[in-house]
Amino acid sequence: MGRLKLFRESFFVYSFLRDPVAIGSFIMLLFFLIAGFSAPLTAPTNPYDTAQIDVMNSEMPPVWIPGGSPDFPLGTDAQGRDMLSTILYGTRVSVLIGLGAVALQAFLGISLGLISGYTGGRVDSILMRVADVQLSFSTYMVAIFLGAIFQTALGVGYYEDVAVPFLIIVIGLAEWPQYARTVRASVLAEKKKEYVEAARVIGLPAWRIMWRHILPNTMTPVLVISTVQVANAIMSEAALSFIGLGMPVTKPSLGSLIKSGFEYIFSGSWWITLFPGLVLIGLILAINLLGDWMRDFLNPKLYKN
Amino acid sequence: MKIQPEHQGEDKLLEVQDLTVKFALRKGILPAVNNVSFTLNRGERLGLVGESGAGKSVTGFALLNLISKPGFIDSGKVLFGGRDISALKDDEMRKIRGDRISMIFQDPMMTLNPVLTIGTQMVETIQAHRNISRAEAERICLDKLRKVYIPSPEKRLTQYPHEFSGGMRQRIVIAIALLLEPSLIIADEPTTALDVTIQAEIMDLLLELCEVHNMGLILITHDLAVVSQVTQKIAVMYAGRIIEMGLTQEIVTNPLHPYTQGLIKALPQAGPRGARLNQIPGIMPSLYNMPSGCAFNPRCTKKLPLCCEEMPTLSSRESGSLVACHCV
Repeated sequence: MGRLKLFRESFFVYSFLRDPVAIGSFIMLLFFLIAGFSAPLTAPTNPYDTAQIDVMNSEMPPVWIPGGSPDFPLGTDAQGRDMLSTILYGTRVSVLIGLGAVALQAFLGISLGLISGYTGGRVDSILMRVADVQLSFSTYMVAIFLGAIFQTALGVGYYEDVAVPFLIIVIGLAEWPQYARTVRASVLAEKKKEYVEAARVIGLPAWRIMWRHILPNTMTPVLVISTVQVANAIMSEAALSFIGLGMPVTKPSLGSLIKSGFEYIFSGSWWITLFPGLVLIGLILAINLLGDWMRDFLNPKLYKN
Repeated sequence: MKIQPEHQGEDKLLEVQDLTVKFALRKGILPAVNNVSFTLNRGERLGLVGESGAGKSVTGFALLNLISKPGFIDSGKVLFGGRDISALKDDEMRKIRGDRISMIFQDPMMTLNPVLTIGTQMVETIQAHRNISRAEAERICLDKLRKVYIPSPEKRLTQYPHEFSGGMRQRIVIAIALLLEPSLIIADEPTTALDVTIQAEIMDLLLELCEVHNMGLILITHDLAVVSQVTQKIAVMYAGRIIEMGLTQEIVTNPLHPYTQGLIKALPQAGPRGARLNQIPGIMPSLYNMPSGCAFNPRCTKKLPLCCEEMPTLSSRESGSLVACHCV
């Protein structure tokens, strides 16, 4: 109870409650997250279950357009799946991949950045050159390369089952240098401070000084880039799905939904692409606005205004 | 180096022999500490005095083998309890740091980690050296916090460094240094960052704790007044060398080296009221361009021709002090 009360009275909550943009984007994000993760309970149909799909219902428009049916409030796609349910499930897949990829990026990037910054010397040079090489490949290039190999090696049928972890690994591997460089830069600044010297004088082992003493002091930039990176990872996944190297159409993410509707957009079925697209934009926007607010909040130089 | 011949032998806690620390810089390898030798007996307090850049702090860090790059210990021995600790592997040295020898730094605002509670930082120190439970460790922490007169220590353990005043923080730093009951504390300008009233309080506390626990103390400072109240011996450093060393009483009342004389004359209380304070003209030479002969010769008032040619060596005088000067 004590901690909860402390949190409620903190400056973090205080400034959050006084920023309408932050509240708005937080509510929007929360809405998408709850909707996505409660999909199995709230969605009218299960788009993964082929028994519930009827091809006769394909390409039905949303309910407010003549020809629509109240069973399918946002219409159906080319296979007759309810768009609302598919979007709910798709949001879940997209967010899951985004968070998973960022967790992997953060784990790799923080560990390597911490070791690199604290150890210095040759280890630092090698790790940072590896990061440079990694950054010189675009995320999409790495993903396309690996994706093509995996899809061929595993076969399309098996690939469906491992698509989520695969995308998490690909996007996670491609973007770790962002974290590594940020953490390394902060570690270099923190390392010179006296509390690190004091910790060494106390006789603490190096790993403990790194993880317990330096890492918590470098968390501010890490938190800020994390929000941006979640949005980036969701977009990367959508882009990969859009070019057919991400989630398969049978287990669609927002990206693969947009792609699957794109083929029908000129035959008039605009809703298959538009609705997932709006959800994607809303999700990214909410995360980025929240990230912006957090960056401003965590930057004490901006308080003076 | 025998200052107190009657105390030699089994009582010796720390013996530094010809310690030389060098820094590998772009302009070449430069010595920051040169052939420093001194001994410290169990429970004895030594003041290491000198201007900024004289090599006092580097000496302190060298004792703990914590010289960071590009510096390195070039030669010399640090015998602690008879064992040469300057040659120990990092792992074994870590067992001594914080356990047998602790260090207190200048700025208590900086030496405590801002994101960890002081309880965490204290318990961590104990658990890094002793295999005991958290509850037991906390009991020791409370005991030490009481020793440094922190009121309601139970509550204080859960607080962060920013919730303490500067003087309180320095007490906590001292409490951390005391946690494992070391036999030697190296205090690197422990009161410089504090205001004058707190300074006296902290020095009194340090003195009391050293006496109660029979701990050795190396007090690194530029403040002769503080040193004269606390220590039994003084070593004056100039440009990386000890230029005068002896009993505190002797050095304060009867300084022999012109530099030490200058330092003592520069103290405010020495002269008549209203008179200008004495100062030593010039600044200490940088490592890059040391004068030939005695490093102090450009500023010295008693300079002899020999001073520019030959570096004087430390040798003992009738008073018992060791002095490195040609003219005394």
